Amino acid sequence: MEIFEYAPAPESRSIVSIRPSYDLFIDGEFVEAKNDERIVTVNPADEEPLAEVAAAGEADVERAFTAARRAYEHVWSRLPGAERGKYLFRIARVIQERARELAVLESLDNGKPIKETRDVDLPLVAAHFFYYAGWADKLAHAGLGGARPLGVAAQVIPWNFPLLMLAWKVAPALATGNTVVLKPAETTPLTALAFAEICQEAELPPGVVNIVTGAGDTGRAVVSHPDADKVAFTGSTEVGRQIARAVAGTDKRLTLELGGKGANIVYDDAALDQAVEGIVTGIFFNQGHVCCAGSRLLVQESIQEELLARLRARIELLRLGDPLDKNTDIGAINSAAQLARIRELSAAGQAEGATGWSPVCPLPERGYWFPPTVFTGVTQAHRIAREEIFGPVLSVLTFRTPEEAVAKANNTPYGLSAGVWTEKGSLMLWTAARLRAGVVWSNTFNVFDPTSPFGGYKESGYGREGGLIGLEAYVSDSSAP
Amino acid sequence: MPDTLPGPLRGYLHGLPGVDEVGVARRAAGLSTRSIKTTAKRQAIDLAIRMVDLTTLEGSDTPGKVRALAAKAVRPDPADPTAPSVAALCVYPDMIATAAPALAGTGVGLASVATGFPAGRTSLEVKLADTRAAVTAGATEIDMVIDRGAFLAGDYGKVFDEITAVKEQCGRAHLKVILETGELVTYDNVRRASWLALHAGADFIKTSTGKVSPAATLPVTLIMLEAVRDYRAATGRQAGVKPAGGIRTTKDAVRYLVLVKEIAGDDWLDPAWFRLGASTLLNDLLMQRTKLATGHYSGPDYYTID
Repeated sequence: MEIFEYAPAPESRSIVSIRPSYDLFIDGEFVEAKNDERIVTVNPADEEPLAEVAAAGEADVERAFTAARRAYEHVWSRLPGAERGKYLFRIARVIQERARELAVLESLDNGKPIKETRDVDLPLVAAHFFYYAGWADKLAHAGLGGARPLGVAAQVIPWNFPLLMLAWKVAPALATGNTVVLKPAETTPLTALAFAEICQEAELPPGVVNIVTGAGDTGRAVVSHPDADKVAFTGSTEVGRQIARAVAGTDKRLTLELGGKGANIVYDDAALDQAVEGIVTGIFFNQGHVCCAGSRLLVQESIQEELLARLRARIELLRLGDPLDKNTDIGAINSAAQLARIRELSAAGQAEGATGWSPVCPLPERGYWFPPTVFTGVTQAHRIAREEIFGPVLSVLTFRTPEEAVAKANNTPYGLSAGVWTEKGSLMLWTAARLRAGVVWSNTFNVFDPTSPFGGYKESGYGREGGLIGLEAYVSDSSAP
Repeated sequence: MPDTLPGPLRGYLHGLPGVDEVGVARRAAGLSTRSIKTTAKRQAIDLAIRMVDLTTLEGSDTPGKVRALAAKAVRPDPADPTAPSVAALCVYPDMIATAAPALAGTGVGLASVATGFPAGRTSLEVKLADTRAAVTAGATEIDMVIDRGAFLAGDYGKVFDEITAVKEQCGRAHLKVILETGELVTYDNVRRASWLALHAGADFIKTSTGKVSPAATLPVTLIMLEAVRDYRAATGRQAGVKPAGGIRTTKDAVRYLVLVKEIAGDDWLDPAWFRLGASTLLNDLLMQRTKLATGHYSGPDYYTID
């Protein structure tokens, strides 16, 4: 008999009611799409369909921009900041009130564990709206007193943090007086549609937020729409390049949050047990579907064996399974396509001579699953050290000197995130100053806060979201007095 | 017996990996969100009852109270004979003679604090005599305090030697070494004191006397569990951990069991290797146990106050 084994502790699904079919949210109403095409969104944990959503066509996108433009010209840009702030505060409060429901919905549609949606995603979503709500009537104090909103923002967001990425995009845009046309990812549209209901509940003026669901074609129509004054995209570097090309030569403002291949550097004097936690959080948080994941572990050679032994023991404790179980640490991979990519790169790692290791970890029969995996013996030349896997796969490299650590960490086309683990303050600062990454965490990893700017170097994109500087991406003249 | 230290004490203890305070707090907070329901909760409650060191350490203790607690330790729930006995009764040395006959043959241990508990501000001779007397009177477990003043002054040798000297006096009695982590303050100190006590021969390392605030906390217990885990990996000898003070509810107790399971491992999920020093906790465990069995709560008056 087991002495003490965790029993299943599933969060109840009954708190959410998912409609069988969803229309587009345009001008404050759910309206039928002119385009006939529909997309089925499935629960990645069991492949069961959750709902059907519209795939917006060009005519639908046109309608959304017309509504957004009208709301911008006649309502939203004319409201005093304090009034805009009231709506944002109201939205933030409704999100908090409905947090449990939204957490369950996000876990169902995305596959991530309820522990994360409940304790990370939803608190951060509400915090983002509260944070930018506070700025709405204080822009002059942010040095943006003479600045004007841009107009209509075209926003396209990814599937890894569906509602959080929506918050990152929508909150600063609305706070500064812009209206938005937002396209959620095709595999995770449901929380964005729930957000549309929240806009109605908060009595946000029609047309300020418009949500058009769809896949790549819809996204293309949104970002290349001639009436978009601003394009904001979070997603893959490949799509980011296409968007940059589409926007080139226009007067649209552009921010891109793209991929990453973050280095997590562990020096020999690090607090080892906490470094192990940071490595686990860095790569297995959200199944590694994190653009700023610490997917390359750079460990000082002298502590490699001890650190990896502790890391393996820790990984063996990770509980993979039902995303709605409150004790699940690792949920499902978001889609069949993403699972195929993770498998392909993992196979390339083995083929190129690295050694893969996973704990004994039975995978559920249905759904998209990949066990936590650690590759050792990885070199800079291996694909798994260079390409973004966007899955629970860690590549371990070693170094001997701080110079070598920094050189290897920077030797990537990306530059989004990095981690430094040392108990020595001077070494931490020395390292951080030399890392070409938008975010450098020290003795922690994957910690987010609405007051902190986030963004990348090089092929990880440009522009910053979050914090005071996140306002600047949505105003015309940030240098005005 | 103390084992051989790898090198000089100070260099060795200061060479242990550091502890990042924020990271430990985050890990402990993360583990405390584990959801323990139904069968798991039932297992946890019975295990927690079996791990309780039922404690009374008051100046106002009477022989009558000690006898009542001894009876409760053996049979915690008079209304339900399926409720297991606790691990031990923990008293001041002058109460051993009262408690020993009440516990004889029951399998419940008799723990006595010693060495000038709780402050330990007395001479080594007195500490050793205190220990010897407690063992002679029938204590099967000795809960000693370390000299925190010496530890904080960096006189690790003195602390080490005192533990080994007390351990010698214990004979067959198990030695629990109280670090009084509330006075050590930093997590680095907690880790160093843990390894120091383990190398000096502690059978158990214990967080607190219960007389200093803060007493047991999840992060401190987490660090001590890491210490016994890593100490066994390094030396082959297993030692136990006992958080004490401030653990009052079933929810608290379950959080500690989750720490034991996920930090030290299943080998420590046994009263031989993990104890909960507590007094009021037991009644809450019994109340929750009855709730799980019957589906309803009975009032606090259904559980004995002593």
